[in-house]
Amino acid sequence: MPLRRRPKPLERRRQPDRVTEAQRPIAPSAQAGDAVVEVAGLRYAVGRREIFTDLDFVARRGRVTAVMGPSGTGKTTLLRLITGQVAPSAGEVRMWGANVATLGQRDLFALRRRIGMLFQNGALLTDLDVFENIAFPVREHTNLTEPLLRELVLTKLHAVGLRGAARMMPAELSGGMARRVALARAVVMDPELLIYDEPFVGLDPISMGVIVRLIRQMNRVLGITSIVVSHDVHELGAIADESYLLSEGRCVASGSPDELRASDSEIVRQFLDGVADGPVPFHYPAPDYREQLFGVDDPRGRG
Amino acid sequence: MSGASTRDGLLVGMLRRIGAVAVFFGALLAQCAPALLRPRLIVHQVYNAGARSLIIIMLCGVFVGMVLGLQGFDLLQRFGSEDALGVAAALGLLKELGPVVTALLFAGRAGTALTSEIGLMRATDQLTAMQMMAVDPMQRIIAPRFLGGVIAMPLLVAIFNVVGLFGAQLVGVQLMGVDPGAFWSQMQGAVELNDVQEGFIKSLVFGTACSLVAVYEGYHSEPTAAGVGLATTRTVVTSSVLTLLLDYILTAAFL
Repeated sequence: MPLRRRPKPLERRRQPDRVTEAQRPIAPSAQAGDAVVEVAGLRYAVGRREIFTDLDFVARRGRVTAVMGPSGTGKTTLLRLITGQVAPSAGEVRMWGANVATLGQRDLFALRRRIGMLFQNGALLTDLDVFENIAFPVREHTNLTEPLLRELVLTKLHAVGLRGAARMMPAELSGGMARRVALARAVVMDPELLIYDEPFVGLDPISMGVIVRLIRQMNRVLGITSIVVSHDVHELGAIADESYLLSEGRCVASGSPDELRASDSEIVRQFLDGVADGPVPFHYPAPDYREQLFGVDDPRGRG
Repeated sequence: MSGASTRDGLLVGMLRRIGAVAVFFGALLAQCAPALLRPRLIVHQVYNAGARSLIIIMLCGVFVGMVLGLQGFDLLQRFGSEDALGVAAALGLLKELGPVVTALLFAGRAGTALTSEIGLMRATDQLTAMQMMAVDPMQRIIAPRFLGGVIAMPLLVAIFNVVGLFGAQLVGVQLMGVDPGAFWSQMQGAVELNDVQEGFIKSLVFGTACSLVAVYEGYHSEPTAAGVGLATTRTVVTSSVLTLLLDYILTAAFL
């Protein structure tokens, strides 16, 4: 049987016209632990509402960095700032040394080609089947031949255990399956950084276990730097090398999961132990209860 | 006083909206050239906006033609010139009813589909996911849909006109007894290339306006169920008003 020449992966990838700041590879001397993402003195406000007042954050090469915090603290907003979807009001977000806010669309897209992102809801393209969803970024950025593309997509689908679902439509997938397909799509371009936005939300224990195992595999086997945003303390404890706890617009604690567990900070204890009331109050700011209940001015209790 | 300030607010809001649409249109046009290099995407959208609207367009075309035949016959026979029914129907359809009614139907059928599709893509983070994959949604999603609508509209208008003439002929000739020879020969003699051109230009302008409104509203819709619903409603209302306004301006320009 004649041997077929196997093209090198992505050998037909389109060559960029020029090497920009964001496209430049990490220096060969870069070591594991070098900062991939650096956030310094970040301030961000939506209207009058301050989301971040003074945030510092570092995600290091080859590590899994967890970002935790109560709902509404701006964890997803931080990801949007890191990936250049929104610009900070003040401070800097640097990826591989490039100031994300100052990049033009061309450089920003070049930078994003080095990133894979898993969205909270998967964000699969609903008019494409599973296979085409994973093939989508490859088709957009490379000229791979169909046989090679098929091989690549099936390899990624096999890695997430869904090779048999290649021709299913996103609407036919369960939440866990959709998340795994989205993960396969996020890694299909062999990114250097993987960003997970709430990867465990709404999953049953089996699916959650699968996703935790896959995140760990992506990091340990492929050496992909990972940033995981979540409030699932136990799952993050199993995979994170470093954790940041956000509250009220800044980082209130950081360190390894063990260091956080040993912390006696009130807010860390409230978050890790799941206490209803504490520095993060149970009640949203409201007028006096008695006054609101028995106020006669507004019968609907809005007084 | 407060009425005046409300009026000023409305005016400023309207001007801001027109400005936003103009900026969006500029960005969209810039992405049309790269989108044209991927004709398969555009053909797919011509199919979505055009072929899938065919049944409603043909059905309405027949009825509009039949009504035109009936009303035209009733009016013309008062002057004893019912033989001119073919001319009246053809000019009415080619210059006015064809482009306008097709545009209104297009806004209701394809425009709403475009808006809700793009709006739902935004609401479910599909557009953001594309941007994160370094793919510009304006080039990959918006421009092909816009071009698909612009190309589909003149084709739909042409089909509407043909079916409409068939409807007018059905009522005028078959039902009311107008002489078929007079019906077709008078039409052939009186309709000029300018009349067809006017209808074609109108259909292109309406296609551009309706497609632009549909993709703009979808792209800027609030990422909620209510937001997508509101955007869809706005598409129909804005497209319809814009079509009739542009029709007046174009008709005045052609006269």
